[in-house]
Amino acid sequence: MPYNLLLAISAAYVVFLFAVAFWADKRAAAGKLGWLRSPLIYTLSLSIYCTAWTFYGAVGYAARSGLEFVTIYLGPTLVMIGWWVFLRRLVRIGRAQRVTSIADFISSRYGKSNALGILVTLLAVVGTTPYIALQLQSVTLSFDVFSHSGASGGGENLSQTAFFVAAGLALFTIIFGTRNLDVNERHHGVVTAIAVEAVVKLLALLAVGVFVVFWVGGGAGATFEAIEASPISEWEMRAERWGTLIFLSAAAFICLPRMFQVLVVENDDERHLTTASWAFPLYLFLMSLFVVPIAVVGLSVLPEGSNPDLFVLTIPLAFDQGTLAMFAFLGGFSSATSMVIVAAIAVSTMVSNHIVMPIWLNARQGGATVSGDVRNIVLLSRRVSIAAILGLGYLYYQLSGGGAALAAIGLISFTGMAQVLPALVGGIFWRGATRIGAAAGLSIGFALWLWTSFLPSFGPGVLSENTLASGPFGIWLLRPQALFGIEGIDPLVHAVFWSLLLNTAAFILFSLLSFPRPMERLQGATFVNVFRYSQATRGWSGGAAEAEDLLMMSQRIIGPNEAQGLFEAEAAKQGKVGYLPDVTPEFLEKLERELTGSVGAATAHAMLAQIAGGASVSVEDLMRVADETQQILEYSTQLEEKSQELERTAGKLQEANAKLVALSVQKDSFLSQISHELRTPMTSIRSFSEILMADKEMSVADRTRYCQIIHDEAIRLSRLLDDLLDLSVLESGQVTLNLNHQTLTDVLDRSVAATELPRDARLFVVERDPSKENIALYTDGDRLTQVFINLIANAQKYCEAEAPVLRISVGQEGTRTYVDFADNGTGIPAETQALLFEKFSRGTDARAAGGAGLGLAICREIMNRLGGSVVYVPGESGALFRVFLPEHASMAAQ
Amino acid sequence: MRPTQPIFLERESYRRRRLADAAKLSPVLGAVLFLMPVLWAGAGSTAGGLVYLFGAWALMILVMKLLSRHLSDAEPKTDESVPEGDDAV
Repeated sequence: MPYNLLLAISAAYVVFLFAVAFWADKRAAAGKLGWLRSPLIYTLSLSIYCTAWTFYGAVGYAARSGLEFVTIYLGPTLVMIGWWVFLRRLVRIGRAQRVTSIADFISSRYGKSNALGILVTLLAVVGTTPYIALQLQSVTLSFDVFSHSGASGGGENLSQTAFFVAAGLALFTIIFGTRNLDVNERHHGVVTAIAVEAVVKLLALLAVGVFVVFWVGGGAGATFEAIEASPISEWEMRAERWGTLIFLSAAAFICLPRMFQVLVVENDDERHLTTASWAFPLYLFLMSLFVVPIAVVGLSVLPEGSNPDLFVLTIPLAFDQGTLAMFAFLGGFSSATSMVIVAAIAVSTMVSNHIVMPIWLNARQGGATVSGDVRNIVLLSRRVSIAAILGLGYLYYQLSGGGAALAAIGLISFTGMAQVLPALVGGIFWRGATRIGAAAGLSIGFALWLWTSFLPSFGPGVLSENTLASGPFGIWLLRPQALFGIEGIDPLVHAVFWSLLLNTAAFILFSLLSFPRPMERLQGATFVNVFRYSQATRGWSGGAAEAEDLLMMSQRIIGPNEAQGLFEAEAAKQGKVGYLPDVTPEFLEKLERELTGSVGAATAHAMLAQIAGGASVSVEDLMRVADETQQILEYSTQLEEKSQELERTAGKLQEANAKLVALSVQKDSFLSQISHELRTPMTSIRSFSEILMADKEMSVADRTRYCQIIHDEAIRLSRLLDDLLDLSVLESGQVTLNLNHQTLTDVLDRSVAATELPRDARLFVVERDPSKENIALYTDGDRLTQVFINLIANAQKYCEAEAPVLRISVGQEGTRTYVDFADNGTGIPAETQALLFEKFSRGTDARAAGGAGLGLAICREIMNRLGGSVVYVPGESGALFRVFLPEHASMAAQ
Repeated sequence: MRPTQPIFLERESYRRRRLADAAKLSPVLGAVLFLMPVLWAGAGSTAGGLVYLFGAWALMILVMKLLSRHLSDAEPKTDESVPEGDDAV
């Protein structure tokens, strides 16, 4: 087959793959995914497990080690068969947490620790690079097989091919792998192209197998006999290798970055696992079915010394089946390219999310809110990472010289990634697994893998014979392939056993000894109990974060339209119009998950933390707990206040009731009093008038005296009735005030004059301070006089002092002017003070005073009408009544 | 919540639980089958081993196919309501 035709067909195939990927991406963008997200596509995408190492290498492996090759496929089969136990959990967690890669998974599980993310990323880069080199090698070798016939061939040509393949793959991956920064981190175009490649490689291998068995080998029976007779049958199973390889391939199936990518990250629907649980084992079954026959036939028909790794190509070529060979070539090409593409996407996501972005964020303090498009930075860093990883792979291929060292790299790479297994499985099933434990396990596993497996694979150039034989610096116990002095173990089993044993031991020990941070505990609970509550941890409490800042940041990461849509939808859900929802904890969690899909858990958390105030969950949770306590406290305080208020009200009611009772008693006593008061003058009037009527011969003097008495009593009666009338008029508000200009001096003069006692009465001194009394008033002078008279008369009546003195003084309280009437008596007892101004109330010794108990009530009513007030000021030595003059009245006068 | 849960499940839920049990145990069966060749390490024939392994493999695929059909029927209502590991019988 001409080399140029091969190139043309390869190019056409690549163009076809581009077209498929482009078409699928377009359909996905239009939302018309249809069967593109069927379980079949999912199952086929898992086939990137079968790389060129499988396609070509399995036959070589079988030629060298018989049935052992099959362990590499039995391990993944067991994982798929056990999907209910493990993968179902893994996928559910991955979807719930928007995990973007295995590094992100580990980082997220252990409290969003970026240090762990970096560790796993490093492991992935170191483990994946040689694997990519291996794929480049297989493609160039297969080109070489064809070119042997026609073109010049040679080293430079091979190297060129490798370079072009690497560059082409980088281009494809960058175009379809970083097309968008999807919140789900799913690449429909890439996955569909891979599914197509999966079909191509399966059909190619089956075609070669059918050709070998039924064309060359002469049927199933004949092939069976050929197998028995072939040198492969001399292979003897080594039990420890058999078990170790099954375990190792199972571990790698879960932990390899590219497998995690298709298994978990690209998973559209959990239910696809149900189909994949039998369909993927079937795929592996079919891929392995013809491996041994091809190896057997190749060993028998091809010349001694031909490379068994290329039997899949060389057998058809030997039988001049150019088309079949071409098909096989495309199958191998598909195997290599699909693996490289997915691995590059997976690892570049890790590198970008866990190494580049944190550094970039750290470098620019102020972080995500500063100007600059984070989204472009993320995409750029992904693209650069992809190019860098493929570049590294190419470099590795060049440096290693494409020799036999590469063939062994597959299992070495597996062992490296399997170091993640303890932290992964422990993180899913054991809540007690901590960040410290995971870091310790990973570090020890990583170091041991480098020492016992990775470095020795480079041959004497890196680890000298001397080191291998007697350990570093002669430390016998640390020999790379006989740790602790235990010799004679198969190097692979040795490496797997010690690295994973000590890894797991350190993981468990340090987990037991350390204490997790709150975030780790929350994440641990969420991961382990994923089926109980499939929701992300409560990590945020609102407040500090501003919706606008968040929108600004989100736009930079997931794009303006997506971010605005997200915010608008959330705002609508909250019943608001516009783009800015309330920053609730739920919203922050949701946003963090969305951002996690683009930049990884640790970075998203860090970015939100910068805006949301940097508070970690520990403080937040404590705050929430404290808030609740605070609310309860507040509530009980409120209750207490309410009950106090109630108590006060009840007290007031009791007071009022007591007042009412007292009043009613007073009223009763007043009624008896008033009837007495009325009857006394009535009785005198009646009896004296009867005397006047009966005694016709009364002296004129007597008659005059009796008439005088009747007259006086009548006046007393009418005064009493006047008072009652006056009070009722005042109370009903029907009084008309006669306002005019007065001075306080005049009013007081009149009042004092009106109360002048006859000379023979006991001495009653009124003290005044005329200098202060000169205050102009605009009020009803007569009414005010009435009040003053009442107060002065009261003092005269009730003051029991030997030498009664009434001091009338004028004072100022704030803007209000008052007049005090203070006597030097014993004052008014506390129990009567409350009722002092009530109607019908009177002093204790009512009889002595002889009043009807209406005076003060009238005073109060008058003062209320005038706009002032009169109060009793307790706590003085004697009785002190204070009359507040109407404010406007005194003000107007000034 | 324990006392409010019935001790015995209805026939349908019981079937579903046992299917889940089967799904959980099938990797054990697979592991046993796939590790069986260790027993005749060095003694058996390669071709015979090949036939045995592919036979076992095909058997497991068949078992998973059957299980997956019933599990996917039961999927919407599977153990979401009851925490894993607390299965009633």
